[in-house]
Amino acid sequence: MITLIPKRVFKLPIEGKNISPDVFVKKSAKEIAALEMWEGNRKLSIGDLFDIKVDSSSSDEVTIKIEGNVSTVRNIGFRMSVGQVIVDGDAGMHLGEGMSGGSIVVSGNAGSWAGSEMKEGTIEIKGSAGDYIGAAYRGSTKGMKGGKVIIHGNAGHEVGCYMNGGLIKILGDVGIFAGIHMVNGTIFVQGTSQGRAGAQMTNGKIILAGHSEDVMPSFTIEDVKAKVKVDGEKIEGPFYQFTGDLADKGKGKIFVSKPKNPYLKSYEKYL
Amino acid sequence: MTELIIKNGFVYDPLNRIDGEKMDICIRDGKIVKTVKDSAKVVDASGMVVMPGGVDIHTHIAGGEVDSGRLLRPEDHVKDVEVKTAVTRSGVGYSIPSTFTTGYRYSRMGYTTAMNPSMAPLQARHTHEELSDTPMIDKASYPLLGDWWFSLEHIRDGLIKENAAHIAWMLKATRGYAIKIVNPGGLEAWGFGRNVHSIDDVVPNFGITPREIIRGLCKVNTMLNLPHTIHLHTNNLGQPGNYVTALESMKCVEDLARKDRPVMHITHIQFCAFKGEDWGRLSSGAEDIANYMNNHSHVTLDVGQVVFSDTTTMTADGPFQFGLYHLTGNKWVNHDVETETSGGIVPFRYKRTSAVHATQWSIALEIMLLVKDPWKIMMTTDHPNGGPFFSYPQIMTWYISKAARDKLFGKIHKRARKKSLLTSIDRELSLYELAIVTRAGQAKALGLKDKGHLGVGADADIAVYNINPELAAKKFVSARRAFEQAAYTIKDGEIVVKDGEVVKQVFGRTYWVDVETSMPHEVNDDIKKKFRDYWTVEYENYPIREGFLHTPAPIAVKAGV
Repeated sequence: MITLIPKRVFKLPIEGKNISPDVFVKKSAKEIAALEMWEGNRKLSIGDLFDIKVDSSSSDEVTIKIEGNVSTVRNIGFRMSVGQVIVDGDAGMHLGEGMSGGSIVVSGNAGSWAGSEMKEGTIEIKGSAGDYIGAAYRGSTKGMKGGKVIIHGNAGHEVGCYMNGGLIKILGDVGIFAGIHMVNGTIFVQGTSQGRAGAQMTNGKIILAGHSEDVMPSFTIEDVKAKVKVDGEKIEGPFYQFTGDLADKGKGKIFVSKPKNPYLKSYEKYL
Repeated sequence: MTELIIKNGFVYDPLNRIDGEKMDICIRDGKIVKTVKDSAKVVDASGMVVMPGGVDIHTHIAGGEVDSGRLLRPEDHVKDVEVKTAVTRSGVGYSIPSTFTTGYRYSRMGYTTAMNPSMAPLQARHTHEELSDTPMIDKASYPLLGDWWFSLEHIRDGLIKENAAHIAWMLKATRGYAIKIVNPGGLEAWGFGRNVHSIDDVVPNFGITPREIIRGLCKVNTMLNLPHTIHLHTNNLGQPGNYVTALESMKCVEDLARKDRPVMHITHIQFCAFKGEDWGRLSSGAEDIANYMNNHSHVTLDVGQVVFSDTTTMTADGPFQFGLYHLTGNKWVNHDVETETSGGIVPFRYKRTSAVHATQWSIALEIMLLVKDPWKIMMTTDHPNGGPFFSYPQIMTWYISKAARDKLFGKIHKRARKKSLLTSIDRELSLYELAIVTRAGQAKALGLKDKGHLGVGADADIAVYNINPELAAKKFVSARRAFEQAAYTIKDGEIVVKDGEVVKQVFGRTYWVDVETSMPHEVNDDIKKKFRDYWTVEYENYPIREGFLHTPAPIAVKAGV
């Protein structure tokens, strides 16, 4: 286990691409301390910003533990493929971007873009997260492809934008446009949704187990289901099943809780 | 006084008929000279190939469309970041690199001149600002005049001399180099949601046909003695069966041919050499076009080679881009530059596994290899439409080595393989011919007298590649690397690239044509009123003022009118 403790309170954005098990593997404390890090427009090293403790070194699967608030540090676990990152505090933007394996656990909150373009592995955020969780890079149409993101708190807007596989599980509330442009994969929301979920989705599955502000008019009702399976687990409903986004000839599915959304009763006459 | 001597290289200088001769090249003050003193700095090129600096006749590197493309594609830039060095600035690629990166990447390949072929007259200022920020290369820009209202009116009314005087003024006003025509009449029609589909369709509101526009501007071009010919992007571009349109466009100026020089340049011919009724039955029109080219000498072509990569298409041809958007369903930009022209941008990925894309790849190679006279055809990708310009080294290896072609040929779509003529073509371009299609021929077609050759008096723009001329075709992988990373690039007598790294940043010139006509351009109230009514810029503010360009290089031309 390699432990990083912030030497001071960070105010400026820090580029943390090098905080990754793939980079730290088989490196001594001295070598890790020398790795490059940018704080604002200043080029520093990890040793300038963190105290480093290395417990056992010669393992192929490194566990990195960050003790303290690193909410301004971006790209922690960037493209990691193995090992574990534990953040005991808040993490910054782009957490685990493009990761292809291993796991990240954050005990506090995480910024926007967590798990964007990830391919495999798991990210668990005990607090809340920002916007664009599991999304594609700006302008790109290739979002999260696989793996799991579990958020115990709330998430922001456009969660799973251009998502193409995997699972995003939000136990709290979610903002607008969850699953926008979604191509494949599953988004599960336990709490309330601010609406417009699944806009322009062509495939994939969104389960809204709480109240939803609306269901887009470009979705059509198909069925009422007693329960829905998410990641091997059965969620008790009943749920209204919608299909869309018809504006994009989509075949995506949205399941909206029946008891939490009585205003959708008028749809039943179309069944 | 700085002197330089390049020693013992195998020199390929087709304009002076030097074919791989071992000789020294002497340079003084940015020009090539006969001899230099013994104190001159020596560049040892023994065992290497020495060519004039590369010239690119058609590459979209600046202007409104290019910039919109940059804004549209952040995901294109993030994957290709250029880090700053002690001499260079940082930037990004990929298919639409930032201005500085564009300059560096050209220079690393041994290129020293690049022509920006599409400039909406209203965006001339913007275009020149970007060109001024593009280091390492000399450049110029062609204003889009094929749908220019005043010109169309003159053609409608049969006022050819007035038209010539007006175009001369426009070239000066926009600091332009040549007359660019894109989908003549089609862009004007596109303003009203329509298009023209053959060179004899009538252009709405003007009552003339694309044929009349092409012929009218071709006559103007000859009258004005412009160094380049008209630069035509044909009607019906990118439509199956459009090789007929390309042939008709070539035929329509046959009677205007000059003895000594061509009168028309058709650009990215690959995109208008499609045979077949629809995309499913798409096949190659390369043979028909090559046959015509082999029997006529009033036209030059550039190929517009397709490279299998993720790129961004951008042309002034709005209706074509609209079709492309419908084909791909991708995000897109549609531009309408007031009354002047249109434009469109669609990100596009050329795939080996697509029958259509693979056929396009094959068509471009077929045309290059079937046209016998290399002076009539030039290598381009229509950057970034067929692929980014830094894939040129790869394309060069396809030209000089059949083995390099065959290697990729085995991986393309089956249907495209079946239809392709490539299996029957054994021709491999020699380095001499390669020098023609990548520099000498381009400089000649552009009428740039000091470029593209290494004769005494020429600009000292030189590329040195670490290639053994005898093994180039066999060892095409190392040849490609050598073309990617020039051993030396010399710009105006200074070493700017060494071993593929930029060692000095220089700023090239911007050429434009200053035409002197005996008949003055008439500024009447009608023109001023039109500008007031239809443009956002008044007539008085329209032309670019003196001193706007970073390093202007006007070429004085005396017109025949």
